[in-house]
Amino acid sequence: MKTQVPKAKQLIILSGKGGTGKTSISAAFAHLSATDQRPVQTVIVDADVDAANLGLVLKPELGPANDFWGSSLAVINPDLCINCLACSPVCRYDAIFPDPQIADVQWIDPIACDGCAACVYACPVNAISMVKQQEGNWFHSKTAFGPLFHAELFPGKENSGKLVTLIRQQARLFAEDTRANLIIIDGPPGIGCPVISACAGTDFGLIITEPSLAGLHDMKRVLGTLRHFHIPSVICINKADIYPEGARAIREFAKAENIELLGEIPYDENLPRSMINGLPITVSFPDSPAALAVRDLWQKVLRSLDVEEDLA
Amino acid sequence: MKLIISAQNPTIESPVDTRFGRSQWLILVDADTKQWKAFQNPGVSQSGGAGVAAAQFVVDQNAEVVISGDFGPNAARAFQSAKIEMRLFLKQALTVEEAVDLYNSNKLLKFS
Amino acid sequence: MQIAVASGKGGTGKTTIATSLALSLAKLAKVRYFDCDVEAPNGHIFLKPVFDQISPAVILIPQIQPEKCTACGHCVEVCQFHALAKVGKTILVFPQLCHGCGSCTWNCPENAIIEVPNPIGTLERGMARENIAFLRGQLTISEPMATPIIRQLKKMEQPSEEFVDIFDAPPGASCSVVETLQGVDFALLVTEPTPFGLHDLKQMIGIVRDMNIPAGLVINRDGIGDDSLEELIQEEKLPILLRVPFNRLLAEKLAAGQSLVDVMPEYREVLVKLYQEIREIVGGSDK
Repeated sequence: MKTQVPKAKQLIILSGKGGTGKTSISAAFAHLSATDQRPVQTVIVDADVDAANLGLVLKPELGPANDFWGSSLAVINPDLCINCLACSPVCRYDAIFPDPQIADVQWIDPIACDGCAACVYACPVNAISMVKQQEGNWFHSKTAFGPLFHAELFPGKENSGKLVTLIRQQARLFAEDTRANLIIIDGPPGIGCPVISACAGTDFGLIITEPSLAGLHDMKRVLGTLRHFHIPSVICINKADIYPEGARAIREFAKAENIELLGEIPYDENLPRSMINGLPITVSFPDSPAALAVRDLWQKVLRSLDVEEDLA
Repeated sequence: MKLIISAQNPTIESPVDTRFGRSQWLILVDADTKQWKAFQNPGVSQSGGAGVAAAQFVVDQNAEVVISGDFGPNAARAFQSAKIEMRLFLKQALTVEEAVDLYNSNKLLKFS
Repeated sequence: MQIAVASGKGGTGKTTIATSLALSLAKLAKVRYFDCDVEAPNGHIFLKPVFDQISPAVILIPQIQPEKCTACGHCVEVCQFHALAKVGKTILVFPQLCHGCGSCTWNCPENAIIEVPNPIGTLERGMARENIAFLRGQLTISEPMATPIIRQLKKMEQPSEEFVDIFDAPPGASCSVVETLQGVDFALLVTEPTPFGLHDLKQMIGIVRDMNIPAGLVINRDGIGDDSLEELIQEEKLPILLRVPFNRLLAEKLAAGQSLVDVMPEYREVLVKLYQEIREIVGGSDK
């Protein structure tokens, strides 16, 4: 009987509100996973596929681009269209118009089209077909701190959730093959489909929040999402001293809800500076207050996850 | 007993695939005779609802048991409704044939 | 006049700018503010609306009538999203995969499907500070699809020359942003002068070009970064309509829920001028 291979633990980093510092902290975690006293073999995923920034700080050696094919869109063949208008009443997305360039035929706006194919079935002369769309690319790249799975969704496209699921699967397969111990997923803002795809089946959630009314409001929503999917989660306050009353409100909330406040990172100008330098803060300013706080946070996260360390 | 097992390659010697909805292949195996047939998983290229697409396929095959590493909520619901038993294998390094043997010796965990 | 405020990168100050613009214009025009960030809306923090109308945001999902259904499976075939499955003589519906397109219903040969509302969030309307009409949508936690709510939110009011409509977009550059931008006259892109801001701004520029929407920039937290933005702006010929310098005290007040124009009232006039510039660019009439 073959021995059981322990699965890599999966950490999801979310925030609700955008701009709280998820990517900066994910980058630092990637660095620490490779270089800290007790390194952990890690696979990194940038799940913010329509605004993918982690690569800007981890400077990957890009892997080959893999096409991401999302949904199909409906296209009318102007040679077959008889302008009977059976299609437009069934379209709920206001996507069908008279063709701006060809007289007496209809045209489907690819930006408005939802891909439901209702028009395809409504057309009496089979003038409409569904055409698969390439909606982005995904990559398996190498960074100085380990493998990075990331993607670029073409601007304005749908199916970010599907693309997130895809790169997470690729990361998980790679982690299995290479016996990695940890997968860190830098999540997108919000609580909808891409966030759900990013956090589904993960083992632990780290919510990075900021001490503002907006931050608190959105943090509660993303916490609700993590709880809905039964993912044990903790909170960290970034830029903690920018609004002390806000930080206090978060601490009280955490206490009332029985959620652990795993750390607080002070506002530190070195964070945006290191971002501009294109390096994790723990690399460019290792003794800065933010770097020290992130280091501490990392240790606590490892303990909470109970991750096996590299014995090498 | 008709089994369906998610696999990486289209043979009974193939390593299993721990994903159900997006595994490349679904292998239909007769648990008693070990006669098998490999099918491309219709869920693999789906935009969304891969679990449903793959589950629909399993249902249409009249399989009695489906075996994989995990089942998402949509596939699970479809199988519960169809009264198709779901079983899990926990090891990664397993072939389809080994999974059949484990099923026959009742060593596969029931999914709930 | 319909203006969307978008960004690409999260946290650049969309809501700060959108709500401040609304407040600045409130004395000169009838303003309607739409909080289209239905996953994590924050406009209410700055505009403090009182809601008088709340309704559920729904998607119409199929309900199979068992007495008429012959389990022919045509609906399963027709559904592009695998929201239906045939199991024996039963058709299962998966509401979270359903796009509410109605295709299965129209295509059922037995007329065995009716559509029923499936609530996925809420739509709210109210009055905010300075007589600003405030509308927002909120996605229910665990529901995946934001776009239908944004679509319904925008439909709550008819576009009208009488009003200045401000649409506060969600972060990112995917379909919910596109939905927010549909039909607007101008896109005000709020960015920060950092590599992240620059990268995500490129995504937004791709969207507004595709959609043929004139755009202009607000550079927020000016001073914290470098000038990598400037090159892109030159290339793309985007007008910089406003720079808001980074100010730690301002950041604290914003964190506390005060508006930019409360903390620094001189911005009221600045934003009115910005609006006038937008009008010139759009070349529109009235107001």
